[in-house]
Amino acid sequence: MKDTQSPELIQPLEIENVSRRRFLSNAGIASGSFVLGVQLSPAIASVENQTDEVKTSDNFSPDVFVSIEPDGQVKIICHRSEMGQGVRSTLPLLVADEMDADWSRVTVEQAIGDQKYGSQNTDGSRSVRKNYLKLKQAGAIAKTMLTQAAAIAWKVKPTSVEIKQHKALLKGSNQALDFGQLVKVAATLQVPARDQLQLKNENEQVYIGKEDIKLLDGELITQGQTTFGFDVDFEGLKVAVIARPPVVFGKVKSFDASETMKVPGVIKVVELPALTPPAAFKMLGGIAVIAEHTYAAIKGREKLKIEWEHGTNQNHQTQAHEQVFREALKKPSTVVRKRGDYSSAEKSASKTFEADYYVPGLAHATMEPPAATARIKDEKVEVWACTQTPQSAQANVMRTLNFPQEKIGNIEVNVTLLGGGFGRKSKPDYVAEAAYLADESKMPIKVLWTREDELQHGYYHSPSYQKLAATFDQNKKVTGWHHSMVNHPIGSTFNPAAKTAGSADLGQGDMMFDIPNILVDLGDTETFYRIGWVRSVTNINNAFAAGSFADELAHEAGKDPKDFLLELIGKDQAVDFSKDDYKYGNYGEDINQYPASTARLKNVINLVAEKSGWGKKLPEGRAMGIAAHRSFLSYVATVVEVSVNKGRIKIEAIHSAVDVGKVLNPDRVRSQMEGAAIFAASLALYGEITAENGQIQQSNFHDYPLARMTDIPEIQTHIVKSSELPTGIGEPGVPPFAPALCNAIFAATGKRYRRLPLKQFGIV
Amino acid sequence: MTKFTLNGKTVTYKGDANKTLLWFVREDEGLTGSKFGCGVAMCGACTMHLNGNPVRACSTPMSAVNGATVTTIEGISSKVANAVQSAWETLDVVQCGYCQSGQIMSAVALLKNNPSPSDADIDSAMNGNLCRCATYHRIRAAIHNAASQLAKEA
Repeated sequence: MKDTQSPELIQPLEIENVSRRRFLSNAGIASGSFVLGVQLSPAIASVENQTDEVKTSDNFSPDVFVSIEPDGQVKIICHRSEMGQGVRSTLPLLVADEMDADWSRVTVEQAIGDQKYGSQNTDGSRSVRKNYLKLKQAGAIAKTMLTQAAAIAWKVKPTSVEIKQHKALLKGSNQALDFGQLVKVAATLQVPARDQLQLKNENEQVYIGKEDIKLLDGELITQGQTTFGFDVDFEGLKVAVIARPPVVFGKVKSFDASETMKVPGVIKVVELPALTPPAAFKMLGGIAVIAEHTYAAIKGREKLKIEWEHGTNQNHQTQAHEQVFREALKKPSTVVRKRGDYSSAEKSASKTFEADYYVPGLAHATMEPPAATARIKDEKVEVWACTQTPQSAQANVMRTLNFPQEKIGNIEVNVTLLGGGFGRKSKPDYVAEAAYLADESKMPIKVLWTREDELQHGYYHSPSYQKLAATFDQNKKVTGWHHSMVNHPIGSTFNPAAKTAGSADLGQGDMMFDIPNILVDLGDTETFYRIGWVRSVTNINNAFAAGSFADELAHEAGKDPKDFLLELIGKDQAVDFSKDDYKYGNYGEDINQYPASTARLKNVINLVAEKSGWGKKLPEGRAMGIAAHRSFLSYVATVVEVSVNKGRIKIEAIHSAVDVGKVLNPDRVRSQMEGAAIFAASLALYGEITAENGQIQQSNFHDYPLARMTDIPEIQTHIVKSSELPTGIGEPGVPPFAPALCNAIFAATGKRYRRLPLKQFGIV
Repeated sequence: MTKFTLNGKTVTYKGDANKTLLWFVREDEGLTGSKFGCGVAMCGACTMHLNGNPVRACSTPMSAVNGATVTTIEGISSKVANAVQSAWETLDVVQCGYCQSGQIMSAVALLKNNPSPSDADIDSAMNGNLCRCATYHRIRAAIHNAASQLAKEA
């Protein structure tokens, strides 16, 4: 989808979550369709609509994102969810910077789910990208009107007024008026058109791009004083935990809750409706135990006797399905990208090289499992949830309760802090559960998921099988590249008929090597449980395969892996995917505005090589590996250094270079890169979700381990200084880590690992 | 009946002695700074101090706390605790923050026993605390920062 006009002026009819990743075309759903839990954002509330409100209020609210109280306190709305990426600090900072507010006099308010904010879906690493201009403009509107108000007060031209640090100053005098003193007049003024605003240039910025911006919630978090989804509480609130069907689309055949009801504190049990395809964001079904407190609910659930009917997915075995994947790649169904003719390259090659890669299923494992609270009173539904997508949660509650569309405003979704998101919390099935149980029981209900619930009933990153092949000419130049991939598509969660793997746009089709013959294709397969997006999505497996394979080719060619990467990428250019008959989604952005720049990719490679000391002599048993990847419009290159001791691998150093365009909050860019590398370390070393008889086998951190402190060395992030449009930072640090790690292990040991996680080989 | 001191206040509990300290503190006492992460003492998000030692409250039954002194993130106020919290803020350690009260409780216990820990000491004391956002290397730096701050004040 292309935004021909800038998004802040006209919010495009943007299909959220699913469509932007082009699952829908695979799923056979026409673009522009209304898809479950996925809404079309209307144009943001027009500025004109706001002025009426302003005139009847004491406050000055020139824009949905900002208001000023009579005492001068500035309130800025954060309409995106905070899950550790720092969005509650960074987005309001854009407004405050542009209007020259004093950050210490700014209050940040978390928005409820409401279409007037435009999209609130906090995923796809795009909160900054999608709101950068819109929020700067909100600040500039406020500033322009405060300037005019001061000019009126002093009876001078607006050009004689300067705004600085929460005050209007009359040029050439000592006179100053605080923002608070300007509110009354400012509120009567015409709101300027967004496109006529003068925005600050970089030198004029006071907060943006600066190092000393403290996290908004940092202090309260260190005191344990913030509210996450799990922490919501009020008088009369009851707690529910749910025994869900072990197999997706299974259902309760019969149950006996007599022992459950004997547990002190248990109030009642409620059977939830069985799930029917498509799974979408609907409840999984099962039996809920409602209790006065969590301990009783959990005890009560342990005592349930349930006979399940496991349904159609009960014969699925992850291990056996690997063979199905392999078969599927013998005859790929869908060509994604084609340049030149790979098969003739194969015929004329002096050498061909092939390798298969496997990345298993993965879970989100947010530290805070899903949790949601609902209270229903007089046709009003109040929800509190750790959700990445409050509007989609609102729509999901509407459907669950058969609420009329025109009354959707009666469903108020309050967003708590999120104890991690990683994509899990943009699937509001747990919010539906809370609303359903509150409605059925006529009591306010908080649904809590235990760790076992979270790991066994997730929306998983699909296992994937990949075949890579390349051809060399006599000069050891790569002449052909063939990348085939098969996984359970995310589209299957929304359309059970979807069988073609996806999404190729995330690191497979958009490969940036300058090779004359390219073939990228996908296989088809069935799906047996819910598949969803996990931080960086199919970039995880695509980059692992492509990044490992490039390294393998370097060794085949007898060249330095870094030099070889640069050679494969070739000359400076914006890669034109359309020439290869490839309709590339580019993360929902115009490819002309956010091109796939080989120069920027090479630049991060060179930067990370320089900073990590690539090529320097290392002690015995130590080696480095490198990989580079463009995702979410950002460019990342990672060097991992490992040591080998008695057959055990230890990660000794991690260096990453990142180009995210203009940097707004450098410390949060670094923290996201650090977190992304370790998120990737968890999956490379330990992460594996498997199903037997359709049931997920992993249940807690003993069999789904995450990286711990002993796994983690120093991490260095090197940020490219840039004035390009800001891109995204939440996800792009993940993909290049695993291939860089395995490339380092190869360099150190001569052993190539083409399957994750590495724990299965006894080396970590 | 179970009677113990929670953040300096005497509290009593009657009921299932197998109920865990975490749910009692979070739901009966309304102190939600200590978090539920796994329920099996594998993630450390629920870490509290029991007679000064870090314990996983999700796996500590109420029967084990009779007569004890329990401190949660809401109740720490020692010099060491202040140094740790302020180091956390200085280095902007937190990302989502969910595991951080547990991390801080483990760090405070470490520094009380070992005022100048090495990296290895830190790793072994903190290895039971998971952080999915992976703030580990900042935590390590913040503990060193707090240690040197405390050394200066001593």
